[in-house]
Parts: sequence; structure tokens; C-alpha cells
Amino acid sequence: MRTEAAAVGRTGRTLLALAALAVALIGATARAAEEPAGGEAPQRFGSDWQRWRANNDVTDMPSVQRGARNFASYCLGCHSLKYARWSRVASDLKIPDTLLQQDLLRPGDKPGDYILTSMPATDAATWFGKTPPDLTLMLRARGRDYIYQFLKTFYIDPSRQTGANNLRLPTTAMPHVLSELEGLKRAVFRDVSSPGEGGQVTHEQVFDHFEQAAPGRLSASEYDGFVRDTVNFLDYVSEPTQTARRALGVWVVLFLLVFTWLAWLVKREYWKDVH
Amino acid sequence: MDVKTPTGTPVAVPGKTGAPAKKGFWAWLNKRMPVEEFISTQLTGYYAPKNFNIWYFFGSLALVVLALQLLTGIFLTMFYKPGELTSFDSVEYIMREVDFGWLIRYLHSTGASAFFIVVYLHMFRALLYGSYKPPRELLWLLGMLVYLALMAEAFMGYVLPWGNMSFWGAQVIVNLFGTIPGIGPALVLWIRGDYAIADATVNRFFALHVAAIPLALLLLVLLHLVALRTTGSNNPDGIEIKEKVGPDGKPLDGIPFHPYYTVKDTVAVGIFFVLFALVVFFVPTFGGLFLESPNFEPANPLSTPEHIAPVWYFTPYYAILRAVPDQRMGALLLLLAVVAFFFLPWLDRSPVRSMRYKGWMSRTALTLFVVSFVALGYLGLQPAEGVYVVLARIFAVIYFAFFILMPFYSKLDRVKPLPERLTYHAH
Repeated sequence: MRTEAAAVGRTGRTLLALAALAVALIGATARAAEEPAGGEAPQRFGSDWQRWRANNDVTDMPSVQRGARNFASYCLGCHSLKYARWSRVASDLKIPDTLLQQDLLRPGDKPGDYILTSMPATDAATWFGKTPPDLTLMLRARGRDYIYQFLKTFYIDPSRQTGANNLRLPTTAMPHVLSELEGLKRAVFRDVSSPGEGGQVTHEQVFDHFEQAAPGRLSASEYDGFVRDTVNFLDYVSEPTQTARRALGVWVVLFLLVFTWLAWLVKREYWKDVH
Repeated sequence: MDVKTPTGTPVAVPGKTGAPAKKGFWAWLNKRMPVEEFISTQLTGYYAPKNFNIWYFFGSLALVVLALQLLTGIFLTMFYKPGELTSFDSVEYIMREVDFGWLIRYLHSTGASAFFIVVYLHMFRALLYGSYKPPRELLWLLGMLVYLALMAEAFMGYVLPWGNMSFWGAQVIVNLFGTIPGIGPALVLWIRGDYAIADATVNRFFALHVAAIPLALLLLVLLHLVALRTTGSNNPDGIEIKEKVGPDGKPLDGIPFHPYYTVKDTVAVGIFFVLFALVVFFVPTFGGLFLESPNFEPANPLSTPEHIAPVWYFTPYYAILRAVPDQRMGALLLLLAVVAFFFLPWLDRSPVRSMRYKGWMSRTALTLFVVSFVALGYLGLQPAEGVYVVLARIFAVIYFAFFILMPFYSKLDRVKPLPERLTYHAH
């Protein structure tokens, strides 16, 4: 009898293990297929842009505060945060009332107001071809790395109406509003030819790296910090309760562990009768 | 304690006859409602096999999650506003401006996924120990109806936040009804209440999600429990404890559900809530599996997400749907994939219930089935192209083979002799 029970315990575990293994195998083969061939040439700026990570930290209060300042100075002209209120941002980020009034609120705005751009949506649609999207939830929708890469891969493209193009979001309608800070980058493409149909050779322009065409007010590392702070603020604003959530979670889990331990003691006591 | 009936025959007052007469409120109450009788027949007097293992936790856990969903759902209803223009905004309002709204919402959204995890493990238990076999066919069928109601409930709830994936997911699933010959297009129009997934759709889904389906779900769960109390629980050995009773008429291998299983299940509930809280408080989106990133953008009929995938608990069926080139055939197979479970009691012709005493054929079949179910679930999340489609076809064939071949392998399989009494080792 004992061996039978053990065998079935094993069967259950084996089933689970096999299921997990199947998933892992499929995942591994799929990933292997996507991986490009290794052996890169010496790295040049921007060649690895798809691997750039935001690595921001929403508990870094000064960084989130700087991000709020960046947003108000550079983004709010066109983009709203229509689900966020100034007063909430100020209290969460510990921004004093005087500073809020002085530096963030525009004349006529009240602290209880939602953070809305003053650009009329219909005009914006005419000017840019598309209304600039609301950014409250953009980070949760696209991911922090997406926004980080987007803000760092603008390059000069005279064929675009705005004079700028982007690697993360090609043919974006957004002009490079941060060029004053970052400076201007030229994208260097390399020609990749591959045999196409019917013996013809197809040529494709593939991005290789960036070249600095004109310097901005910030150095490369300062601009990186600027973008990271801005992403950090957008991370905060996409879920303002996230810090409180994690803090509360620790206590809830601790309570549940104690509860479970007590429940187990009660169970053990009762089950002493069962033979 | 006897009372005279109009015919003169004495009948026992419900409750413990012969016991010292209870006084006060308890006696008053029991004269009017059989509370004590209920407790003694359903809890302290209900004998369950004593050898339940970890797989037997998931029934009571499902009940706990149901209660959690009802409770959090009620609070969400107080702030949520169904409608094309209000749904998305009201969810963000709950997340930001309602006190602990974020917690209620995450409990509810995580609860939906937890419900399916618990129910899938509960169903696996039935497959492992043959709990669907006679005399528990009706119990199994009622459970499957609960599962169907749960699927409808989850789908409609998923549409309510009115994110972009909600919208496109609803589009795909509602259009499946359009493949029904003849009435299809008219049926789709009737379900949507409009020519597209629109304001009318989200309002009726709200009505169904908060009133109609929960009522059906509660009734079905109640019937499921009544059927369980009638046949008694199966157990890992798959033998009847009622066949071996002591001199007092109680099953020798049974123990009262209360207190033994209530205290044991409380431990399971504790462990469950620890895991649940880890998700709710630290990874509420669960890497895009429980809350998908496209749903943080409002529904937009002009912008289709890169690839449309339902939430993880529907993806095994979704993979089957997409594995078939013809949409109508795909929808039919999807339906069959769910309906197949209903026939299990009559497909399994093994003389024993439990996998402990079944042979290698049944064990292999179940293993392959579980692997293909999980693999299909993974494939349903991937784009339908290349090797993914090929794999989905292979696993779909294994999935159906499990059911179609069951009458044969379960009959052919060499079974081991059943024990006289339950296998149990005290700890």
C-alpha cells in the first residue's frame, strides 16, 4: 500500500514536471530561432539600441521629482496626464505647495485640476496629423524600455515633415523636442543585400549606428539621466499607488504567514486523533 | 421532545433528540429553521475519506475564490460605470481616486486568474482519481456546467475595462458565433446589440457579468455541493468508504468533515492567500499574463493590437481554434474541446477509478493530455505562424486522442487489484 501511494505521489509530480518541461522546451526553441547570429564588430554608439534598458527606480524620489519637472517643461506642451491631478502628484512626490504653484502649475491652473495640456486636440491633429496621445498609462501600455528607447533614438531625417525620425517608432509624428538638450544625431545605415526572387539581388538599408551631428546642451550621460528621470516619472504616474502597494504587501504577506502557521498548529492538534 | 402531528404520529423535532433541551435563542431558531440539523448532517456528521491529499484542497479553494470575487465585485460595481465613454475612465478612477480601489481591482483581476488555476487543478484531480466515474457522473456534469458559466463570466468581465485587448478579444470571440450556419450573422448582431462591439455590448455584458451569470454560477455551485453530499467524496484510492462501516454505522475510513477538513482546508487557504498576496501586491499584471499591456490603452476600433490573444486561461482552446485553417471547423473543434469533458464518465471504461490502480496506458494518456493542454496554452499566446501552428496541430491531435481513444485504452489497460481499505499513514 505504502509504495502505491508513493507511486501516485510521484506520478502527480512527474506530470507537473513534464508539463513544465514541455513549456520550457518550446520557449527555448522559439527564442533560439529569434536570436540573431553572434559575433558583432566593435560596438558603435546606438548599434545596440534594442538592448537599452531604462533601469529606473520609482522609489528614487529626487529622480521622480526631476522627471516631473522635465515633463512640465518639455512634454506638457502637447501631452496630457488626464487621469492624474497636480495635487496628488505634489503630495506623492513631496513637492511643497509653493514650488508647485511657482514651477509646475500654469497661470489659472488649480492644484486639484487634472494635468491637461493647453493645446487643443483638434488643432494638434491638424498640426501633427495625429493628436499627441495621453501619457498617463503609456508606460504600462508600452513598457518603460520602450519609452526610454523612443526618447533616445531620434535622428535627422530630412524626408520627414518634422525633420526627425525614430528607430523605436519609425515615421513618428512627434518632432525631436529634446534636440536642444541632446543635440542632433545622424543615423548611419549599412547596405545589406540578399538574393531575392528570380536571381535578383534586393538591397536593404539597415541601421548601423549613430553619429553626433551637432552637440546639445547636455552631455550624453546627462541626457541619459534626463530621459531616465522622465521615464521614472511616467512610471510613477502610470500607477501612483505602486510604492504603497509594495509596502502594504510586505505586512499582508507576513500576517498571512503567521496565520497559516497558527492554522497548521491547530490542524496538527486535531489530526492527532486520526490514525 | 416529541410533538403531535395532526395524524397523531409523533415526529422528532429537528436537532439532537434526547439531548438536554436547549434554551434561549438557539432553541427558538432551531424550531423555525434546521440550523443544527444542517450542521450535524452536512458538517460534523458528513464523513469524508481520511486520505485526502494536496489535490483535494482545490474544491474549497474554488469556493473561497468565488466568495472573494463576489465581494470585491460588489465594491467595484459601486464605482465602475459601464459605457463606451465611461468604462475605461472609471477603472482608472478606481485605480487612482477610490480609497484602496487599486487593491479591490487587483484582488478581482488576480482572482479571475486564480479561479481558473484552482478550477483547472480541481479538474485535474478528478482526472487523476477518476472522480467523474459512477456514481458521480452528475456531480461531474454539474461541475462542468460551473466551468462553462465561469468561462462566460470571465470573458464578459474581461471586456468591461474596455481596454484595447478587451475590445478586440470580444470581437474575435463574439464573431465565433457567426460561424454557426444559418443563424450565425443574426446571432452575432443579437449578442452585440449593435453592428459592432459598442456601447450596447458593454452595457449588456455588465448586466450579465454582475447579475445573470453570478446567479447561475451560485445555483450550479450549490447543486454541485448537493450532489457531492449525496454521493460522498471520492478519494485518492478511488474506493467507496461507505462499503466498510463500523458498528456505529459510520464509515471506518471516514472522518467528520468538520472539524478535520475545516482545519486542514484553513491551512490550504492560508498558503493560497500567501501566494495570492504575492501576486496582488508585487506582480499584479503577472508579466502581462493576468493584466495585458494593450489593455492599458482604451478600446480603439481603428487600431488592432499586434496579435490578439485571450487571457491565458482560454489560450489552449484559442490555439486549437487557430490550428485549423477553416474558421468554422476551428470553432467547431473549440466547442468539442470543451464539450469532450462532459462525456468522460462514459468514455472511461476502466474497472478502477484511481490512477493508482490504472496501468501504464492510462497514465501515459493523462500525462500526454496534461502536456498538450499546457503546451496549447503556451501556443495560444504566440502568434499563429510557422512552427507554432504545426506544434498546435500536433498537440490538438493528442488532446482529442485522449478522449477519443479512452474507451479503448481504459479497457485494455492492465489494472492493479484494489485495496480493501484506504491507504493512509498518520503523520
